[in-house]
Amino acid sequence: MSYVAIADRDHEQEHHDPQTFITKYIWSQDHKVIAVQYGITAVFVGLIALGLSAMMRLQLGFPDQFSFINPENYYQFITMHGMIMVIYLLTALFLGGFGNYLIPLQCGSRDMVFPFLNMLSYWVYLLSVIILLISFFVPGGSTGAGWTLYPPQAIMQGTPGNDWGILLMLASLAVFIVAFTMGGLNYVTTVLQARCQGMTLMRMPLSVWGIFIATILGLLAFPALLVSAIMMLFDKTLMTSFFMPAISSMGADPGYTGGSPILFQHLFWFFGHPEVYIVALPAFGIVSDLLSTHARKNIFGYRMMVWAIVAIGGLSFIVWAHHMYVSGMNPYFGFFFATTTLIIAVPTAIKVYNWVLTLWEGNIHLRVPMLFAIGFIFTFIHGGLTGLFLGNVTIDLPLSDTYFVVAHFHMVMGVSPVLVVFGAIYHWWPKITGKMYNETLGKWHFWMTFLGTYAIYLPMHYLGFAGVPRRYFAMGNTEFLPDSAQDLNAAITISALFVALTQILFFVNMIWSLWKGPKSDPNPWDATTLEWQTPDHPPKHGNWGHELPVVHRWAYDYSVPGYEEDFIPQNVPADKAPAGRDHGEDH
Amino acid sequence: MEIGLITLAVILATLLGWLLKQSFNTQPWIAEQVSATAHHGPLGGSSNTRLIALMTLMAVVTSFFALILSAYALRMELGDWVPMTEPQLLWTNTVMLIFASLALQWTRNGAVKGQASRLKPGLIATGVLTAGFIIGQLIAWQQLQAGGQLITNNPSNAFFYFLTGAHAVHIIGGMYVWARATARVMLGTAEGGTIRRSIELCTIYWHFLLLVWLILFGLLLST
Repeated sequence: MSYVAIADRDHEQEHHDPQTFITKYIWSQDHKVIAVQYGITAVFVGLIALGLSAMMRLQLGFPDQFSFINPENYYQFITMHGMIMVIYLLTALFLGGFGNYLIPLQCGSRDMVFPFLNMLSYWVYLLSVIILLISFFVPGGSTGAGWTLYPPQAIMQGTPGNDWGILLMLASLAVFIVAFTMGGLNYVTTVLQARCQGMTLMRMPLSVWGIFIATILGLLAFPALLVSAIMMLFDKTLMTSFFMPAISSMGADPGYTGGSPILFQHLFWFFGHPEVYIVALPAFGIVSDLLSTHARKNIFGYRMMVWAIVAIGGLSFIVWAHHMYVSGMNPYFGFFFATTTLIIAVPTAIKVYNWVLTLWEGNIHLRVPMLFAIGFIFTFIHGGLTGLFLGNVTIDLPLSDTYFVVAHFHMVMGVSPVLVVFGAIYHWWPKITGKMYNETLGKWHFWMTFLGTYAIYLPMHYLGFAGVPRRYFAMGNTEFLPDSAQDLNAAITISALFVALTQILFFVNMIWSLWKGPKSDPNPWDATTLEWQTPDHPPKHGNWGHELPVVHRWAYDYSVPGYEEDFIPQNVPADKAPAGRDHGEDH
Repeated sequence: MEIGLITLAVILATLLGWLLKQSFNTQPWIAEQVSATAHHGPLGGSSNTRLIALMTLMAVVTSFFALILSAYALRMELGDWVPMTEPQLLWTNTVMLIFASLALQWTRNGAVKGQASRLKPGLIATGVLTAGFIIGQLIAWQQLQAGGQLITNNPSNAFFYFLTGAHAVHIIGGMYVWARATARVMLGTAEGGTIRRSIELCTIYWHFLLLVWLILFGLLLST
């Protein structure tokens, strides 16, 4: 019976088997190729955003030394750096990149359920990136409104890029959301419908869980950004007054009446806060798998980990106004949002404890992906703890809009997810390319990045306590700031440039690996999940050859007592291993 | 934001209930023999897959409209809000959209019972009535413009244009799928099962957008 069904599937498969270079690598409907396309595009724009941050740091560390940085383009650098990093790099890379690669392979399916829609998703994403990049070159340049794009200043004269820049930014976001929705429908439906036999929801690797819940968050939260982008476009082009209050600009009356900038903030953060978890949840999932695999131990508290992901996802919708404590809200609202914010720390802390407990008495292999995964635990704890400070209204008020906030969110949703991105690339690189990279170079990359980021962000907390405001182009003669604040800024800039340059090691390593790297073993980490059990290495179109895998166990059978090897792949039948007592008696 | 929150709470509660059912009292660490032929839940037919994708899409659209309505409720509280008088034509348009939904339901029932003769007239009636709704909405816009009710007059006008426009865009998206199904019926290029599934999904989407419209229309009338 099953043979016939699988043969049928193969027959169907042949219809869209790629034939030429173009259908194989450009207009590809293969989830693995689309994943790589997403990944390369996201990393490319991410590098631009990295370059922009270097420019900002040059100005902050060595004010007025560089003629090519003026207040206008400084604001443009800030805005584009933030927007690109959050949306076009991290969201696209985790969901479009890793989501695309891992969901079908880890669930044991041949592809996404709607391959054409999946391809379309990438090309529409690319279109959004192109629109975004065009905005650098239009008259007035890209928008300098800050990544939150708060009205009224986002579309008023005096803000850099208030003409073309902001229009292209909003258009690009709208296009991105369309692309994400097409991808998201695929990820959700594939997880729900295309898992192989035996792959019950509670046997799915946590990577898939993280990506799955993050996708649902994205599908429900991105509409808030879409609504606010459309309404702001109307305010800008049709002169409606959704957000724009009665205001005078440069002595003239632009014609707006009584709109509410706070309304925009509500909509924006209704998207903006879940967005933090859209980035964080896939990182949580992936890091759990990396820790378990490289510690040769089952993940501690699997069911709790799943439920923590779900709980964090649900709670992330009722904390948004903690970004708005200084907007003059009713103190009872502040109390409510501070409470929900602190509650979200509970499932998050459960996850952190479980990661640490997974390492406890594990057989830890400090390979490159593991270093990045453990590094993540450090940076995430530090970033998470400062979140507890900022989540409380009374502590947030003086710290709001200082470098303390910058340090907090960079640690928690900048450095931490990026460490996971690197860990994940090092982990799955052999599967994606079939090649190994240089382990020593990878370790150097880790240590320089990890220590370097601490050198950047730890001092920023002190700057924040001292009262250094964020977003300022220059401090001028601010009396309450000691001179040493400037020395610290210079040191931070040097560290930032160092970390940015360190990334060259990563690219050199990867390019060298593609070009001359040794062939990798099909399962170099002795991992249990399905993607390492494919018949071809790297997996070919359709992933599984003639027969789909059948899953008999969860993804965390590491170091099972009574079994020779320290891992049992998910597709090993229950009667063959661990054979528990039977197996033991044989020997 | 209450409207948005309540809608999301309902969506998330549905999801949570389903997850609980799937995962409660499971012991994932215990391996068990799975036969390759056993029907173990997933791997449903393609119509099921499409239905789930459609339901997911409808959740996204619900979130989209709920958030606009949240913004509507928040903006309405500010001092400069002047309620707008909706054109009477909207009643006619509403009736047309109701009949479009009914026509599609009739077609779907025919397709399920295997009455192929219903398909062509049913689909054409659906198309005509739905196109009539869209054209009616455009005429309503023109009437408003002619009467000096511009988008810039007041936030209530702006929301009216935004809501009706956004709703129309979603209907036009549905018309694309309707057009594909109709073309298949006319040209006879697809087998009955494919057409039936396609019509079934269209029907769900049409009813959904009718419901969205009735909520929007009720809200516009009452404020």
